[in-house]
Amino acid sequence: MHLTFTLNGNEIQVEAADDRRVVDLLREDLGLTGTKEGCGTGECGACTILADGESRLSCLMVAAQLPGAHITTVEGMTAQTDGALLQQAFVEEGAVQCGFCTPGMEMAALALLRQDDAPSRDTIREGLSGNLCRCTGYVKIVDAVERAASDIRSCRDRENT
Amino acid sequence: MQKQPLAAGRPEIRGDAPTKASGRERFAADCYPDNLIWAGAVRAGVPHGRLQAVDSAAALAVPGVLKVLTAKDVPGPNRHGIIHQDMPVLADDRILYPGDAVALVLAESREALRRAIKQVRVVVQPLPGVFDPEAALAQGAPPLHQEFADNVLMAAEIRKGDALQALTACAVVVDGEFSVPMQAHVFLETENGIARLEEDGGVAMTVSTQSPFRDRFEVGNALGIPYHKIRIVSPHLGGGFGGKDGATVQCLLALAALHADGRPVKMQWNREENLAAGYKRHACQLSYQLGAKKDGTLHALHCQLVYDTGAYAHLGGEVMELGMEHAGGPYRIAHTLIEGKCVFTNNPVAGAMRAFGVCQPTFAFESMMDLLAAKLGMDPLQLRLRNALVKGDVNCAGVRLTTSTDIVGCLEMLQSHPLWRQREAWKRQAPANTRRGVGLAAVFNAAGYGGKVRDAAIAKVELSPKGAIVVHNAVADMGQGNASAFLQIAGHILGQDASRLRLRHPDTTTAYPSGSSSAGRTTYTFGNALIRACEELRARLINRAGLLLAVDSDRDVRLVPGKVIHPPSEREMPLEQLAAFMPQEDRVCISQFVAPICEQVPDTSKGFLIGFPHVIFAYGAHLARIEVDALTGAIRVCDYLAVTDGGAVVNPCMFDQQVQGGVAQGIGYALMEEVATHEGAVRSGDLATYLIPGALDLPDVISCAFQGREESGPFGLKGVGEVALNGPLPALANGVADACGVRLRQAPLTPERVLAAREAQQCI
Repeated sequence: MHLTFTLNGNEIQVEAADDRRVVDLLREDLGLTGTKEGCGTGECGACTILADGESRLSCLMVAAQLPGAHITTVEGMTAQTDGALLQQAFVEEGAVQCGFCTPGMEMAALALLRQDDAPSRDTIREGLSGNLCRCTGYVKIVDAVERAASDIRSCRDRENT
Repeated sequence: MQKQPLAAGRPEIRGDAPTKASGRERFAADCYPDNLIWAGAVRAGVPHGRLQAVDSAAALAVPGVLKVLTAKDVPGPNRHGIIHQDMPVLADDRILYPGDAVALVLAESREALRRAIKQVRVVVQPLPGVFDPEAALAQGAPPLHQEFADNVLMAAEIRKGDALQALTACAVVVDGEFSVPMQAHVFLETENGIARLEEDGGVAMTVSTQSPFRDRFEVGNALGIPYHKIRIVSPHLGGGFGGKDGATVQCLLALAALHADGRPVKMQWNREENLAAGYKRHACQLSYQLGAKKDGTLHALHCQLVYDTGAYAHLGGEVMELGMEHAGGPYRIAHTLIEGKCVFTNNPVAGAMRAFGVCQPTFAFESMMDLLAAKLGMDPLQLRLRNALVKGDVNCAGVRLTTSTDIVGCLEMLQSHPLWRQREAWKRQAPANTRRGVGLAAVFNAAGYGGKVRDAAIAKVELSPKGAIVVHNAVADMGQGNASAFLQIAGHILGQDASRLRLRHPDTTTAYPSGSSSAGRTTYTFGNALIRACEELRARLINRAGLLLAVDSDRDVRLVPGKVIHPPSEREMPLEQLAAFMPQEDRVCISQFVAPICEQVPDTSKGFLIGFPHVIFAYGAHLARIEVDALTGAIRVCDYLAVTDGGAVVNPCMFDQQVQGGVAQGIGYALMEEVATHEGAVRSGDLATYLIPGALDLPDVISCAFQGREESGPFGLKGVGEVALNGPLPALANGVADACGVRLRQAPLTPERVLAAREAQQCI
């Protein structure tokens, strides 16, 4: 089928079978390999993307769900200030080890921070509970999201004054 | 702003963090070369039998299927393995577990591949299987390997003094039987790679591997390809934890490349295949007897460890040996008798996993320490402090400790921590229907390959024509951050900031053999080699710059970010200019380091092959505060403290990452992880049935560094990748005993087991 949707801020058109998994379409057809696949069955969260602002598992989505959608992947997350600050916090707080869960973790965190700009550590853990990390034990990931929340608030405060 | 060179000891940002966080880092899984062919294995699906036929007709009829390869298409001996070459690339006679690869399908698309794999008909004449060591060792059990008629891959012992006699002289003796299940690594990037036939008939592959140099032997031996015609590149791994130490996809990929008419081939196991056919941590049965004098001095230990190594040898014997070397804990025990058996079964193949054979006996001995403390009426921490090893002591394997040994320091740091000091008050505040307990564990983990295997690394560092410092890493970075540590070391010695440093991934054509990324040796061994190479390069750059700057002596010439300066004359030269003056061979420095070995090997061990003894150990003291739900039996870890002696710390942030991550995997091992099998077939085939800890299952693990110094280590460090994993299972089991008075001896510590133990206790 012929698809038109918005990917990382740009409208794009692609040909794909309507049952093509979105994770394959992104990685193989469009070359956006930042989105990872860790299980293929919706349990690990490595393939998390934003679809119309909501976090979604791209291994459980098919191409037929894309027309008209606004999709954001890790490659597009720095286009907005909050995404850029979040990514920077992951880097600087030591939230990245092997890095394979990182893009999905960041997308889930971004969705969370857009709903709650001052989440507690428990709320952050809940918000990330669908994303598995095997390296970090999550401490520094929670640190990074906590810091990003604070950085994003400060940034907004500066803009508003 | 003045650029600051990277410095050892500082929490520098990992060199790989920006590319990983932005999704730009290319893992092996991210490689999709043009015109690629997909390859996938057909698995036997039965645990034991004789392969009679492989019928590919239906599979070949699937549109898009190119070839179905079987054993007859394998050139060479068709056997791979690290110590014993016993694993067929494609089964040719016997099937020894359901994950055995029987055929290899090549297809134009993943969809065609998936459909074709289901269409290959495998005919196997079944044979009776053995699914635990007891059955495998029983009289009349079917032998799985000709050369091991009794199904014993290795039987060994460590004998120090006379433990059996000494036990009779102890004032107090405790005993216990323990068991731990198979554990899966669950690295998020499953086993995968791409391969291609080169014009010279060789095979080049990019693969998610911990051991690129050793892979050449495995692939070459199995397929009869000369080693020099095999090129392995190992980009950053999406996790490894031991499960990518040894060939996974490599031999299959190379075989596929040989039959792909020069097209690139990609193979990626899905999660189900990873759980069914990937390597596992050994399940283990342990029987312990530990005796002490009246004052709490440990006197005698007798234990028997039985490791289930599954269908093939892989690293099973070596895993067991390391477990045996640690079976007495980080304590002085005058008399020890440690017996081990590593047994073949028709279960999945067990191999290397973080804390390689050590976490199994750690569960037993640290549980025994609490049982002993209770029987002696002693505080469990005091009992550990009284017996903890110090430098100069002889450990349970009879080896005199000559390197940094700071377990006492770790225990003392734990003792002074509020989580320990305020434990009684905390326990008293338990909410309704909740029992609170505090558990301890003292742990250690050897670093390096051990005796009879040279533990060496060869580092190569280069000034590029553009004036960047290029570190040719040769030991894969599976996520632990060794590559970043190498950049930090190079920056420190050569006075450069991150923007001037480049990393080359391990590549067998440009780097030098440096062993595997494993055994807590990666940063230690390669780091030491790199220090020497960088010091040589520094001296050379200063010398050549001094020449070009026309200064009398090299004395005041210094390297700073991006340039060489001579402050007295105020002359300077950018690195790119210096590089332009230097011939290629002058810009490269190569240096080797060989890790120390035990100078006086005791005659305590019998039946060991390689890898004994070790001389360097990391130590740790762990504390868990837990709550047990009195109604459901569920355990919640409220607080966790890990104090670690890893020598000096080169990067505090990466040090904490290793400790927190190790504890997380250990808590998974303690509470929920168990590879469920039925007749060798994995029943927990996805992440809904094989659970690992999520963000809600873990507390904010506190990591404290003891900050000692290991004189032989790079900047004084020891490897800390493994030691932390050992603590949680015994610490949590001890916590449960403290909370509800029941002793769990079987892992994982599931709510059902907690409730059953409590019920049994109430019946008495």
